[in-house]
Amino acid sequence: MSAPDTLFRLAALNTAYALAIDADRLEAWPEFFLESCLYKITTAENHRRGYEAGVIYADSRAMLLDRVTALRRANIYERQAYRHIIGMPSIQVETAEGVTAETPFLVVRTMRDGQMDIFASGLYLDRVRADATGALRFAERLVICDSPRFDTLLAIPL
Amino acid sequence: MADNVIDTGMDLSARGHAWPPGLTRVPYWVYQDPEILRAEQKKIFEGPVWNFLALDVEIPQRGDYRTNFMGEMPVVVVRGEHGKIHAFENRCAHRGALIAIEDSGNVKDFVCAYHAWRYDLQGNLCSIAFQRGVNGKGGMPDGFRMAAHGPRKLRVETVGGLVFGTLSPDAPSLEAYLGDTIVARLRRVLGKPVEIIGRFTQAMPNNWKLYAENVKDTYHASLLHLFFTTFRITRFSQAGGIMLSADGAHHASATIAKLEASDSVYKDQEIRSDSAEFQLHDPSFLDAVDEFGDGIQLQILTVFPSVVLQQVHNCIAVRQIVPRGVDGMDLHWIYLGFVGDSPEMRRRRVRQANLVGPAGYVSLEDGCIGGFVQRGAATAADELSVIEMGGATAESQMTRATEAAVRGFWQAYRAHMGI
Repeated sequence: MSAPDTLFRLAALNTAYALAIDADRLEAWPEFFLESCLYKITTAENHRRGYEAGVIYADSRAMLLDRVTALRRANIYERQAYRHIIGMPSIQVETAEGVTAETPFLVVRTMRDGQMDIFASGLYLDRVRADATGALRFAERLVICDSPRFDTLLAIPL
Repeated sequence: MADNVIDTGMDLSARGHAWPPGLTRVPYWVYQDPEILRAEQKKIFEGPVWNFLALDVEIPQRGDYRTNFMGEMPVVVVRGEHGKIHAFENRCAHRGALIAIEDSGNVKDFVCAYHAWRYDLQGNLCSIAFQRGVNGKGGMPDGFRMAAHGPRKLRVETVGGLVFGTLSPDAPSLEAYLGDTIVARLRRVLGKPVEIIGRFTQAMPNNWKLYAENVKDTYHASLLHLFFTTFRITRFSQAGGIMLSADGAHHASATIAKLEASDSVYKDQEIRSDSAEFQLHDPSFLDAVDEFGDGIQLQILTVFPSVVLQQVHNCIAVRQIVPRGVDGMDLHWIYLGFVGDSPEMRRRRVRQANLVGPAGYVSLEDGCIGGFVQRGAATAADELSVIEMGGATAESQMTRATEAAVRGFWQAYRAHMGI
């Protein structure tokens, strides 16, 4: 991949990822990951200190599927929706194996009564590889939230 | 009349408030009235209770400190000479500014940013900038005695590596405050040196007491939380019970894996949280080991008024309640592992942490449920909630189908508040 091509493909991956979540097509969300993967939501402070735990920690695509099933069928929470605004990826390292990138994001949450808040901002730290079909997939997506404080609950993934 | 007066000067009847006798009814004004929150700060958080301040391991070296809250009162907890831990109000004696403005750090001493008044590690005021003025002009009066000025100091004691503080000279020792039963349940979990593996804050849209009740409410656990019921983490059909301290203030609940009743009790009542259809694609995240060797797979322990020690399988955490106004609070989560955990055990803890915290399959539901009460009871100040499962008393019971620990909270609360 040439660098401009990689940048374009990463941006398209992020856009598709955000649209799937924001349009409540959560069943499509695990498909953005490789089967063996790491998805973790944590905070800048935890990341800086090297703390291992996350608010979400999934080290298999099956665990991501379980998140979606739980949100659909198990968990009690109030209806809400996100709007992700994802910035331009900054490519860190690109090899034949794949690419690492850092990408800023902002998520606005709208509750069922219309209350809107900036719910989260932060940085995606990604390792992206092509799957067997050549499509880009996340081998690792660390969601590093700027704030240590989460309002009420985090149900829908970031 | 005397029963209806809080000696901070508040007259309940003058505010239109009443509270029926007994422990089975709680009026909703107690979650809504800002005057009550002010009285709680004086009578409870700054009264004869022990407040969680920090973990011992967070401040290992001389000069290591953390800032925290006792209710809404800002405090500093710091390691001083000879390993001794000190704590004091985070308020400069001069003009009231915060003395320490970071969450944590290491200092030689504390210097207020506003006018550079300096405090030692015990919270003693030890120097005043330009005390003698400049060129014989200005400065403090000759009679000004530094020793007479300083932030309020706390008594500090620790148990199981948890550091507690109290402003009250009348509080009993920490272990006497907790009682033998609760100390034993606490030491059961915190018997080895711990390591912090994560720290998160969950902001909740409810009065702090609604969460304090929620963690003592063993009745709701397997009804609200499908994960607890469906995956047999805690069900009423499993063995277990609750233990209360003699005054009802503190509690520990326990669930043992083995069944002691027919397991169809949820299905028979068509309880939503028992779902045969809900299966995990990766059930390995619930794989647990019996690390304390007693078969207890869930233990929730509370210390009145504001701290929780949680063991859910191998996921161990301390949660601290910090009130933020009458209708909000922060829950500070500290996830723990033990020094020397194998990589497998650490991974197990981190994966099981998906049950708890702001995004926890269980705890996200507790994050919103208090807000449902706060909003549902918005105009019901004088109506009463019903807390009658398991009877009318606040005592240990060999069942979790009870609200005895919630009644224990109110018994202790009313004793402290004088209502």
